[in-house]
Amino acid sequence: MPALSPLFHDPRFRRGCRDMIEFAPGIAAWGLVTGVAMAKSGLSPALAVLMSLIVYSGSAQLASLPLLAAGAPLGVVWAAAMCVNLRFVIFSAQWRAHLGALPRGRRLALGYVLADLNLIVFQRAWPGGRSEPGQVPYIVGGALTLWLVWQLPSLLGIALAEVIPARWGLGFAGTLAMLGLTYGLLTDRATWVAALVAATAAVAAFALPLKLNIVVAIAAAVAAGLLIEQADAARRRLRGEP
Amino acid sequence: MTTLEGGWGALAIVGLALVTVVSRGFFLFPEREVKIPHWLQRGLKVAPLAALTAVVVPEIVLTQGQLLTTWQDARLPASAAATLWYAWRPGVLGPLLAGVAVFLPLRLLLGW
Repeated sequence: MPALSPLFHDPRFRRGCRDMIEFAPGIAAWGLVTGVAMAKSGLSPALAVLMSLIVYSGSAQLASLPLLAAGAPLGVVWAAAMCVNLRFVIFSAQWRAHLGALPRGRRLALGYVLADLNLIVFQRAWPGGRSEPGQVPYIVGGALTLWLVWQLPSLLGIALAEVIPARWGLGFAGTLAMLGLTYGLLTDRATWVAALVAATAAVAAFALPLKLNIVVAIAAAVAAGLLIEQADAARRRLRGEP
Repeated sequence: MTTLEGGWGALAIVGLALVTVVSRGFFLFPEREVKIPHWLQRGLKVAPLAALTAVVVPEIVLTQGQLLTTWQDARLPASAAATLWYAWRPGVLGPLLAGVAVFLPLRLLLGW
């Protein structure tokens, strides 16, 4: 593929790969666990591999496994996955600003492989939220890296499902990796407030089906952030500050 | 557990892949950019952090949907170890390894 060669030498592409590699241990642990979970749920190895390769959405995969195992109607399985993936609809609005220059086919193809971590890592590199040159190769680098770092352990997990005992609680390694990642995003008062509100809301709304507590938590955190912004603006006006 | 039937399972999985395409491509699909108000755009900047927190915190403090009632759960000391490590040396790998180093002995030897 000669068209890809310049991309691989693009420093921005490489930076996108490097920034993602930092998270490889946590992603790998999470992918391994998801692979094991798929194989243990009753999916045949071939179907588990197919699911890993084409669904490529850990939380939706994990949410749909018990439904598939119970033989739930397909509409229910797909609706459940859509609910778990609602956050991606929100994220896609943010990606739009940076991918808007690409033709639709490429936009959708790239968007299809952009997971949570891609947006988080991208926002660290470009905190401004504006469209700037060099963002697309950076995004492609991160997307390709995350795909590989997720898929290989996931496939390994499918192969090793019989060997890894569930009581090791390997899934918690993924949580610990995300914990360090979360701390890295707490940079100012606004992000601390967002995290505290989201955490409280997610625990309080945990009883909701289909991981809808995540959507509730996002809505609560966004609302809290906007309220604080308004309050700050009002305070400045009252004090006569610009 | 029974192995899911091939055709039905494959159809379910192809549908799930379409769900990924539709959800991740939702606002990428229209040719013209859908205008999202500025205030909402600013507000949505915390959405990924909120989603991450919403996944992590229940994994640490809940068991079967209930708040933990005991300190003898390997996840709590492991999270504390990861947090302390992060305070000392920020990163992802260090806190992860510190947490696992506390988690595994407590889980496997003490059954926490």
